[in-house]
Amino acid sequence: MLGTGLIKGLAVTAKNLVGSYHDPARYTTVEYPEVKPPLPEAYRNFPFLVSESADDPMGTLRCVACQICEKECPPQCIYIEKSKDKKPDAAGKLQIYPTVFAIDTSVCMSCQICVEVCPFDSIKMDQVYEVATPGRYGDLLLNREQLAKSNAYYHQIRPTEAAEVDGRLAAERKAAEEKAKAAAAAKAALPPKPAAPSPAAKLPDESRRSPQGEGGAAKPPAEGAQP
Amino acid sequence: METVEQLRDRLLARFPGASVTVISNPSPSAQHSLLLDHAHAREIALYLRDEPALKFDQCSNVTGIDWPEKEITETTKVTVPDPAGGPPKVVAQTTKRREPGYLEVVYHLYSLALRQGPIILRLRTGNRADAVAVPSLTPVWRSCEFQEREVFDLFGVTFEGHPDLRRILMWDGFKDHPMRRDYAEPDDYEWEPTPHGDVLAKAKKHYPEKPAAEPAKEAKP
Amino acid sequence: MSLTPEIGGAHVRAVHDEFHGDLLEVSMGPHHPSTHGVFRMIVTLDGETIVKLKPVFGYLHRNHEKLGENTTYLASMPYTDRLDYLNSMSNNWAYALAVEKLAGLAVPERAEYVRVILAELTRLLNHTCLAGFLMQDCGCSGTPLMYAFREREKILDLFESLSGSRMMCNYQRFGGCRVDPPAEWLAGAQRLVDGYSAFLDEFEALLTGNEILMARTQGVGRLDPALAVSAGVAGPMLRATGVGHDLRKVDGYGVYPRFEFRVPVGAHGDTYDRYMIRILEMRESIRILQQALAGLPGGPVMDPKAKLRGFRPKAGEAYGRIEGPKGEIGFYLISDGGPNPYRYRVRPPSFINLTILEDMCLGHTVADAVIILGSVDIVLGEVDR
Repeated sequence: MLGTGLIKGLAVTAKNLVGSYHDPARYTTVEYPEVKPPLPEAYRNFPFLVSESADDPMGTLRCVACQICEKECPPQCIYIEKSKDKKPDAAGKLQIYPTVFAIDTSVCMSCQICVEVCPFDSIKMDQVYEVATPGRYGDLLLNREQLAKSNAYYHQIRPTEAAEVDGRLAAERKAAEEKAKAAAAAKAALPPKPAAPSPAAKLPDESRRSPQGEGGAAKPPAEGAQP
Repeated sequence: METVEQLRDRLLARFPGASVTVISNPSPSAQHSLLLDHAHAREIALYLRDEPALKFDQCSNVTGIDWPEKEITETTKVTVPDPAGGPPKVVAQTTKRREPGYLEVVYHLYSLALRQGPIILRLRTGNRADAVAVPSLTPVWRSCEFQEREVFDLFGVTFEGHPDLRRILMWDGFKDHPMRRDYAEPDDYEWEPTPHGDVLAKAKKHYPEKPAAEPAKEAKP
Repeated sequence: MSLTPEIGGAHVRAVHDEFHGDLLEVSMGPHHPSTHGVFRMIVTLDGETIVKLKPVFGYLHRNHEKLGENTTYLASMPYTDRLDYLNSMSNNWAYALAVEKLAGLAVPERAEYVRVILAELTRLLNHTCLAGFLMQDCGCSGTPLMYAFREREKILDLFESLSGSRMMCNYQRFGGCRVDPPAEWLAGAQRLVDGYSAFLDEFEALLTGNEILMARTQGVGRLDPALAVSAGVAGPMLRATGVGHDLRKVDGYGVYPRFEFRVPVGAHGDTYDRYMIRILEMRESIRILQQALAGLPGGPVMDPKAKLRGFRPKAGEAYGRIEGPKGEIGFYLISDGGPNPYRYRVRPPSFINLTILEDMCLGHTVADAVIILGSVDIVLGEVDR
């Protein structure tokens, strides 16, 4: 009969209209500025730099200015300048650090590739999404002081991921220390070969922290290179 | 499905004057292609479409490729007899040759009726400057209409026999062909200052620094 | 009332033709709410009947292919999200598939299942949105579109909690997927899939039997199957004409051959069939999703041999394609052994589906052209690239 389809459709709209007053599945709107919906842990917006301590963020940046993220960034929004000197990192090892680390968030497309390619877990995605500024160019260009956020903040926004990263870093440091100890012990046990300094001591750390990364030229000597 | 070599032999038998060459593809995909000559391209395309054993009724993808002129340096070892009567010497000889550039149009054909494919056809232009025409396959497969226009727009290949060859993505007054590898961006838009060296250099070039104010003139009454 | 440039808005002028009386050339778009973005149709009208239609586009052109040639293989992945921004997951898959063909990479079984789940969720979201947009084009403002968006948001929430972003997922990688979906995510996906049939029933009760919709769309914009095949039309548009061609069956890429599903085929090739095909495809997608979620194997989601940085496939070329929600989306890549592709080509389904827009619109009225365009299902990010 002509009109049945229309009446059926009207019944659906009526169901939704009434349902929107009592059924949360039919009334899904959130009144945004007053009510903020919870963010999933994986949510990403713009990158930030992880520093070990909140008190001295510039002194404890994990970043060693290897420039891999700068090279891999699809819209080329990262700009890094390496330091001339070296500073000790969290493990006490001397490292290069970035004197300039800028991200142009007006260009950044939040793709997370910088996070994935970073071999040092030093750049992570932030969850701040209210980032409007009045200035067109300068205000959206974040420098390293604005980008640095503490590891505690990282734990706060992404607890599971941060715990996993911390566990991995701790395990690596421990392995490096043990290897260094073992190498030192081996060195002490073999006094007749002092001429060839053993590269094994710094191998695990060095292979991970090679500034050029994969495809770079500088590769640490292989273990078999020892005479 | 027939292999590319079988297909080439079949085409050569059917079109005795035609030149059909297999371009092999070393990648694991092993999608080899057939290079056709201009004179027989449309006949071969029609044959591929209508022959009951082939029935390539859909041309899925048409695209262009720019191969600019390149200089190839080859080093070969040549044995040269010693004029002084000694043993012959092995000398490395370096030859340089210039491989002329050309534009290439690639067609990916599939058969919906027989569920086979792809057959890849290639057409090459004479050079990249004045001999850039290839026969259009739009009369054979309608799907080439917009895609050939796109190749014309972005690569500058002209298709003979195309019903409506105009620019499609760029605007009508645009001059160059942006997908060519030697394309230079025009300096006619707003350069946003960013910390990147090359962009900054371009921006500075675009907005030349104002000449220093001339206090001498202003000082004069 | 005669239309002059002052009151006609954009660009209206009369074309005099002594045989047919006054023909009017009207520019619809690029800023027109019915054109799904910045799309423009120059239509020549005889009265209200279309006698000629020329699509004009490129307003969103950013030379995506050149961008792809100037960045590494990995860096092109987030750019593919921005082609057809409704279906970033399937674009990612098509690109990853092409690169995997080029480099000969294997994909772990679990990743293949995850890809199927995400691609079918994308299909649900695309087709739901399309039905909403089509109704909006027909003139029923708001209601069906908002219902569609309510469901779409649930799928986007799933994408967000998995990949970190609602629409720009950047999730697939060469040789697998970026993160392993945790158990609670899979449970959420299962809940959504279980509830989707009920939503579809409600949506169909609202629309499918609606007499106004039938009067408005049946017999409008007929497409001949032979023309559709020749014009490279793919996806639901092709199947609405009665050609049962689905790459999930024909190519059998991924793990699709393991699932049991049917390919719905239309009979008339008109706008109503194109709407119905999408509703039926969603029902089949739900079946695939149920099977994929039930059969999801364990194991890694990433090939351990796959390299993220310094990825340089050997010289050669490959064309990889999948059945995207809008049709065949393919990537044609040529490698010269370097870190960037030598040639990076996207086969955009909605661009090629527009080839026959004029053929479908001739003889119909302006208002019909709007819904015919709506049923083609274009996204200008993909058309203009």
